[in-house]
Amino acid sequence: MLLEELIGIAEKQREVRKQICVRCCMSAGCMSSQSAEVKTALEKAVAERQMGDLIEVRRVGCMGLCGPGPLVSVEPNSLLYEHVTPENAGSIIDALTSAGPIKAERCDPQHPFFTRQTLVVRANGGRIDPERIEDYIEAGGYRALHHVLTEMQPPQAIEAIIKSGLRGRGGAGYPTGLKWATVAKSVGKQKFVVCNGDEGDPGAFMDRSVLESDPHSVIEGMAIAGYAIGADQGFIYVRAEYPLAISRLQVAIRQAKQHGLIGSAIFESTFNFNVDIRIGAGAFVCGEETALMASIEGKRGQPRPRPPFPAESGLWGFPTLINNVETFANIAPIINRGPEWYAGFGTEKSKGTKVFALTGKIQNTGLIEVPMGITIREIVEELGGGAPEGAKLKAVQTGGPSGGCIPAEHFDASIDYESLTQLGSIMGSGGMVVMDDQTNMVEVARFYMQFCMEESCGKCVPCRAGTVQMYHLLAKIAARQATMKDLELLEELCDLVKNTSLCGLGQTAPNPVLSTLRYFRNEYLELLQPAG
Amino acid sequence: MKVVKPALPSPDKRWKIVDAKMRRFGYQGHALIETLHAVQQSFGYLDEEALRFVVKALHVPPSRVYGVATFYNFFTLKPQGVHTCVVCLGTACYVKGAERVLAAIERAAGIKSGETTPDNQLSLLTVRCIGACAIAPAVVYDGNVSGKQTAEQAVEKLKGYLHNAA
Amino acid sequence: MAVKTLTIDGKHVGAEESETILEAATDAGINIPTLCHLDGLTNVAACRLCLVEVAGTKKLLPSCVTKVAEGMEVKTDTERLRKYRLMILELLFAERNHVCSVCVSNGHCELQSRAHQLGMMHVRFQYLYPNALVDASHERFVVDHNRCILCTRCVRVCDEIEGAHTWDVMGRGTASRVITDLNQPWGTSESCTSCGKCVHVCPTGALFEKGRSVAEMAKRREFLPYLAMMREGAR
Ligand SMILES: Cc1cc2nc3c(=O)[nH]c(=O)nc-3n(C[C@H](O)[C@H](O)[C@H](O)COP(=O)(O)O)c2cc1C
Ligand code: SF4
Ligand code: SF4
Ligand code: SF4
Repeated sequence: MLLEELIGIAEKQREVRKQICVRCCMSAGCMSSQSAEVKTALEKAVAERQMGDLIEVRRVGCMGLCGPGPLVSVEPNSLLYEHVTPENAGSIIDALTSAGPIKAERCDPQHPFFTRQTLVVRANGGRIDPERIEDYIEAGGYRALHHVLTEMQPPQAIEAIIKSGLRGRGGAGYPTGLKWATVAKSVGKQKFVVCNGDEGDPGAFMDRSVLESDPHSVIEGMAIAGYAIGADQGFIYVRAEYPLAISRLQVAIRQAKQHGLIGSAIFESTFNFNVDIRIGAGAFVCGEETALMASIEGKRGQPRPRPPFPAESGLWGFPTLINNVETFANIAPIINRGPEWYAGFGTEKSKGTKVFALTGKIQNTGLIEVPMGITIREIVEELGGGAPEGAKLKAVQTGGPSGGCIPAEHFDASIDYESLTQLGSIMGSGGMVVMDDQTNMVEVARFYMQFCMEESCGKCVPCRAGTVQMYHLLAKIAARQATMKDLELLEELCDLVKNTSLCGLGQTAPNPVLSTLRYFRNEYLELLQPAG
Repeated sequence: MKVVKPALPSPDKRWKIVDAKMRRFGYQGHALIETLHAVQQSFGYLDEEALRFVVKALHVPPSRVYGVATFYNFFTLKPQGVHTCVVCLGTACYVKGAERVLAAIERAAGIKSGETTPDNQLSLLTVRCIGACAIAPAVVYDGNVSGKQTAEQAVEKLKGYLHNAA
Repeated sequence: MAVKTLTIDGKHVGAEESETILEAATDAGINIPTLCHLDGLTNVAACRLCLVEVAGTKKLLPSCVTKVAEGMEVKTDTERLRKYRLMILELLFAERNHVCSVCVSNGHCELQSRAHQLGMMHVRFQYLYPNALVDASHERFVVDHNRCILCTRCVRVCDEIEGAHTWDVMGRGTASRVITDLNQPWGTSESCTSCGKCVHVCPTGALFEKGRSVAEMAKRREFLPYLAMMREGAR
């Protein structure tokens, strides 16, 4: 593959494009409400009306507003329809030629849900067909890889990522460029690039959507990383619960290989890079990097103490770079548009944009990409459209089982790594679950503790045996059978498990308890019995 | 040491699929999880015969194979029912009442999560999060995700399953 | 070998750079409590009893795997550490069914002696009373899951020293159990050589020899560092 061929593919795409493009979301969310049937109906309607020369029906990835799916959009008319059914799909086509009334529900593309977003990672979502590499190339895909391979030395590529200020999107927010530099410096006969697509945090589906809607962006990011650190093999670890993401990735890898965009001598350089998929098997702890690597090695997914960090000794003992799906998806845009452009978004210490999965008791549920530094209130009230009728918002949970609940009085806090940590929660991977005043916070803490207890790998004592005891205490409190003494014991346990557990799962397992105790202590106290 | 390839447990074609997967990995131990996936996909569950075959083919100690097979929720050592119903218990689903949906299903089917009906028609399972949070609560019937499920809808759907069986 | 100097509990200590804090402390006559660690086996840092405070980091570090460094200031016996260690022991006692008075290892048990050493008076947590089994199918040995603390010493010695890999762990979280082969009765295991190493490294009465009655099962561990050393030498 040469640059000319790449440009050729993009141009050919533009030539064969029809005047009108009807896009039908084929992501897991919309597909569960029959979007495949909707697409067939749309295609049938076009064929019946013999408008195949004018209108193209395209399968696309996630448009973001997953709640009222299936979604269908029409370009260039900028129309958007929600709750589309196979029955009323035909009327969308009719409306294009004013041959009939629209029976499908209109959705306002000018709603703040859409206009307040800044799309970097999700720019192709809802626009391109994720199963056609030509679509990705037309949208400028693989140009960044070409640029890096032909115009940049590996240290320059790393420098660009450092300058962009990008921090890991998998939860901890470690500066990506620094991590790359460390792995680049490590010596080893072999090095690996691993993409963490385990996304085990319940309430999060950003990575699923990126993999389903724009798989090539992750592959391109990994290849650039491979060049920068000197690796020729990449692994994408995807959880088994995401079959559609797995199959789209398989298609994407095959197409990229066929086009010589991964494999050997990419863009006629000396750089070789291959990507393989490894499928998880249902264990939250496998999102932790050392557990994930054990799992790729075919073992029980149990973490091990760090150091040594994967950067020195990772997969099979070789230096390994491990980044999150969204982190990799940010790489090509940063190279294409420059680190300064990227660093222009966000706050001083948290640059760029972040994708959040907005769910729970809120009008608009779905995926949003917003610049860092936006407030929780803007997200919840403007993009999210506020509480459903009659409900009053109480808190937003971020960071899943490792995070905490941020109460309504702190909704003016800015979304960045530091502020969220200060509030006793974490950025986490991007799950944002909105809770209303019907939500019982002790129950929420119990819910998360049950999760951690069942997901604890069992290796270290504080987490294995401590989460069980915390769960029992929470259940006892919820059942109005506990006294102040039990609450004190619970707090002692939180302190123990947080400070003595081996890996991040145990170290953060007490967070949901600690944050609900911090902001909603009364709800606990009301349930306590006088000491008997 | 020369690698001695064990004979397939039976002429059943599905073993060929499993064998092909192992061959792709050069019968190396790190293929264990991928191999167990292949077995479960082909046969629906992992029985002792399959585990013993994997032990021999990949040269992995039996206790390690068993340890891996029981570490991951996705693997099951018991055969599943004709139909499966998986209730998502992720946070968004939880906030939107997934526990009520699960309780209703348990009542209607007369089994608890993790169990299979005595007539082997239905296995009821729960899962941590399938990433369908925007359409919570979500239930997966025979591999197909349905969103915004109410307890009534879920029970109605299962009636179809239990009824079809009869 | 470069020598590093550090202080442990205020005492100046010299240690080779490849040594861990635990090794340096032991050489200096400072006792750090452990359970999963055993000389001659790889360290897994799982029991968390050996955590120590190191100046300059808020994180507690497992001394069994943390290498010494020049100028390191280590504290092994602060009030905070004592409190955490006690709670970890309490958690272990509540997790399975440890009834010392009827145990073959009474008086020879590391869990029991840690509890004495750290002054554990009572367990504040709810006893989980799991339904744990005893497998006496092996002709010479017994495994009693009621007393297992999941330290995985048996797994490691059988794999790393004996080379049989009879043991492993099944399940996860608090439902984890040590198993032999395909979770079958030990007596039917095809890989076990009946060498007895696992029995002797087990810190509690979970693994013992048949025919021992209460308090009779003292264990021999001297073979282990020796075997490990010979193994190293042969490499
Ligand atoms: C219990 C646990 C679960 C985790 N789950 C994930 C996950 O699902 N996805 C992810 O990208 N990172 C997860 N992480 C973080 C990873 O260990 C690692 O920090 C991350 O993949 C690094 O990528 P980044 O620097 O791009 O964020 C998890 C960490 C812990 C402790
Ligand atoms: S903290 Fe929990 S998950 Fe992590 S190693 Fe310990 S037991 Fe396993
Ligand atoms: S007796 Fe020896 S071979 Fe048998 S399980 Fe114990 S350590 Fe392994
Ligand atoms: S049987 Fe003994 S050695 Fe093995 S894990 Fe249990 S307590 Fe440790």
